[in-house]
Amino acid sequence: MSAIEYQAPSFKLEDLWTDRRWRAIFVQILALAGLFAFLAYIVNNTINNLQTLGIETGYGFLNDPSSYDISQTLIDYDSRSTHGRATIVGILNTGLIALCGIITATLLGFTVGVLRLSGNWLISRMMYCYVEFTRNVPLLLQILLWYALVVHSLPRPKNALEPLSGIFLSNRGLVLPGPEFGSGSWIIFIALAVAVAGAIAFRRYAKRIQETTGKIYPVISISLSIIVVLPLLAYFAAGQPVSLNWPALSGFNFKGGLTLRPEFLALWFALTIYTASFISEIVRAGIQSVSHGQTEASYALGIRPNWTMRLVILPQALRVILPPLISQYLNLTKNSSLAIAVGYMDIVATIGGISLNQTGRALESMSIVLAIYLTFSLSISMVMNWYNKRVALVER
Amino acid sequence: MKVLSGFIAAAAVVGVAATASASTLDDIKAKGFLQCGVSTGVAGFAFTDDKGNWQGFDPAVCQAVAAAIFGDKSKVKYTPTTGKTRFEALKSGEIDMLARNTTWTLSRDADLKLTFVGVNYYDGQGFMVPKSLGVKSAKELDGASVCIQTGTTTELNLADYFRTNNMKYEPVAIETNAEGRTNYLAGRCDVYTTDASGLAATRATFENPNDHVLLPEIISKEPLGPLVRHGDDQWGDIVRWTLNVLISAEELGVTAANADDMAKNAKNPEIKRMLGTEGKFGPMLGLRQDWGLMAVKAGGNYGEIFERFIGAKTPIGLERGLNAQWVNGGLIYSPPVR
Ligand SMILES: N[C@@H](CCC(=O)N[C@@H](CS)C(=O)NCC(=O)O)C(=O)O
Repeated sequence: MSAIEYQAPSFKLEDLWTDRRWRAIFVQILALAGLFAFLAYIVNNTINNLQTLGIETGYGFLNDPSSYDISQTLIDYDSRSTHGRATIVGILNTGLIALCGIITATLLGFTVGVLRLSGNWLISRMMYCYVEFTRNVPLLLQILLWYALVVHSLPRPKNALEPLSGIFLSNRGLVLPGPEFGSGSWIIFIALAVAVAGAIAFRRYAKRIQETTGKIYPVISISLSIIVVLPLLAYFAAGQPVSLNWPALSGFNFKGGLTLRPEFLALWFALTIYTASFISEIVRAGIQSVSHGQTEASYALGIRPNWTMRLVILPQALRVILPPLISQYLNLTKNSSLAIAVGYMDIVATIGGISLNQTGRALESMSIVLAIYLTFSLSISMVMNWYNKRVALVER
Repeated sequence: MKVLSGFIAAAAVVGVAATASASTLDDIKAKGFLQCGVSTGVAGFAFTDDKGNWQGFDPAVCQAVAAAIFGDKSKVKYTPTTGKTRFEALKSGEIDMLARNTTWTLSRDADLKLTFVGVNYYDGQGFMVPKSLGVKSAKELDGASVCIQTGTTTELNLADYFRTNNMKYEPVAIETNAEGRTNYLAGRCDVYTTDASGLAATRATFENPNDHVLLPEIISKEPLGPLVRHGDDQWGDIVRWTLNVLISAEELGVTAANADDMAKNAKNPEIKRMLGTEGKFGPMLGLRQDWGLMAVKAGGNYGEIFERFIGAKTPIGLERGLNAQWVNGGLIYSPPVR
């Protein structure tokens, strides 16, 4: 028996284009080098151009006073605050609209998606029309339409509508009684955090018990009561530190309470309604992807209908729904930059708009905006991908 | 769209080769027209007529410059700019000059690297409110919603004014004058603030101008004038002296109608120097001999332009006030053509 000796291939230069393996590597290196050369050219060109124009560069301006005011600020801010702080105000405003939009678009999208499968002809037709109409009208138009509706068709503050006592609707937006947190309020938040953690632990425990003994706890109602009761107890224990701040008309505008400005409302409605139509289609496709045989099999085993939905249909549908749902969340977040059409003060309007313009630092400001959107998008996809992995099919 | 403007602005710096080194005049002659930045539309100051041509107090300066270069005032192309896009348009070389209600400030000069060649309207920031509000003074505006154009000196002055007077307000940011007009009339804001001239011009376009008043307070100095970018002094001189000729022409009684006659028969040598029948002042600037004559004939002297577009007899109805010739107690003053 002669051992087969392994002969290391001797490398010759022409292998680079004749040998398949070497060629693959060679071409990739070339492409990468080309890309870097192109980037280097752009950066170099930019620096040269800026120098010829004598334009200062750098991020130092972020420490200078911004000198402008912003209407919606989630943190303390005034015109003596820095451009850096104005950026943070913008980030928070973008985060707020993205978060609100994602929550409402998901709720609306799931509802519409399920209703579209309804056996009731009228309901499913109506949902069909909603989807076709909203996803075929450009988002920008929808934002402007909602804005025009709020600003032109609602009464002025003096004649504001008051659908419920303390809630005012006018062309300055929706004003609600807002919570006012006195000292000691932190106890309530801690209680809330503890309650959520407790609920999760209880869910795990209940699952283990069920797996070992078959005993079933009403997990949802128990969790919900923990989450409601514990903060409530803390509220009374801390001496009721939270009170409601009632808005009232004084002078030109409403004072006190919580104001949702027309810019926010228009953007929120438009993003919700537009994105929900896409989400509903994703949900419908997801549910339809689970074959009806699964339901029948589940019924045959004697599993109740809502348990069938929760334990059999949804887990399988979610696998189909999640990946495209993630991209809808990303889309919504990026689409929120259309805020500038109605002057909602997001990152594009603050650092990418007013700061950029007042300081002339175009490249610096835009690079910040890009980095922030990238961070937003990557974090959303990270979270969702993690969740996706959890619900993915575990192959045994 | 608007979202993109910032990115385009950034891209402009990245991509466009710096034009500052080449001669702007040669570039303009080679392409055959002057590219002029104006506003998106303010009655009297910059608007398109029935034929779609830009007219007004600001385009008139562009037309005079085109006439001084080509002997033809129609060789101008216009780029409408907003408060936000105007400086990037100029810096990137997309436009050759900017004539758009723009205030001369230190930072625009020294930091944005722009050269203001003079002042063609001395203005200040004012407030307009509906009469029905019963407001008599800007000091009563605490708590009001105020419409402001972003990217302007207006928004900075406003912040300072309310802060100094311990008042609060809700800023409503808008991009163009047209948007400001709509939002103000719809009642999204109680007050519209911008340069007083712009307020008067905007009010003139209302259905019932008399239902709105300008408050007495003028809270800032807004010297408005044409500008070019740093780096080409010859080009700056051309725009500066074209504006100066329009101003001198009024002072010396030269009008569009009598300019040809004055060029030949005037006794005053300064008039002849200005109109190009004496000396070599056009060539010193790199222009034709009769540059001054052409500039004045394009749309008349400074006073004629003022009266035609924004003067007391127009719907906008602005008095000369600070913008009278220095000999009449105003601030409009041209250095001598000599
Ligand atoms: N002078 C101020 C403000 C100039 C400004 O934006 N004025 C308004 C109102 S007069 C305007 O020209 N708008 C024109 C447009 O909307 O395009 C500045 O230079 O920053």
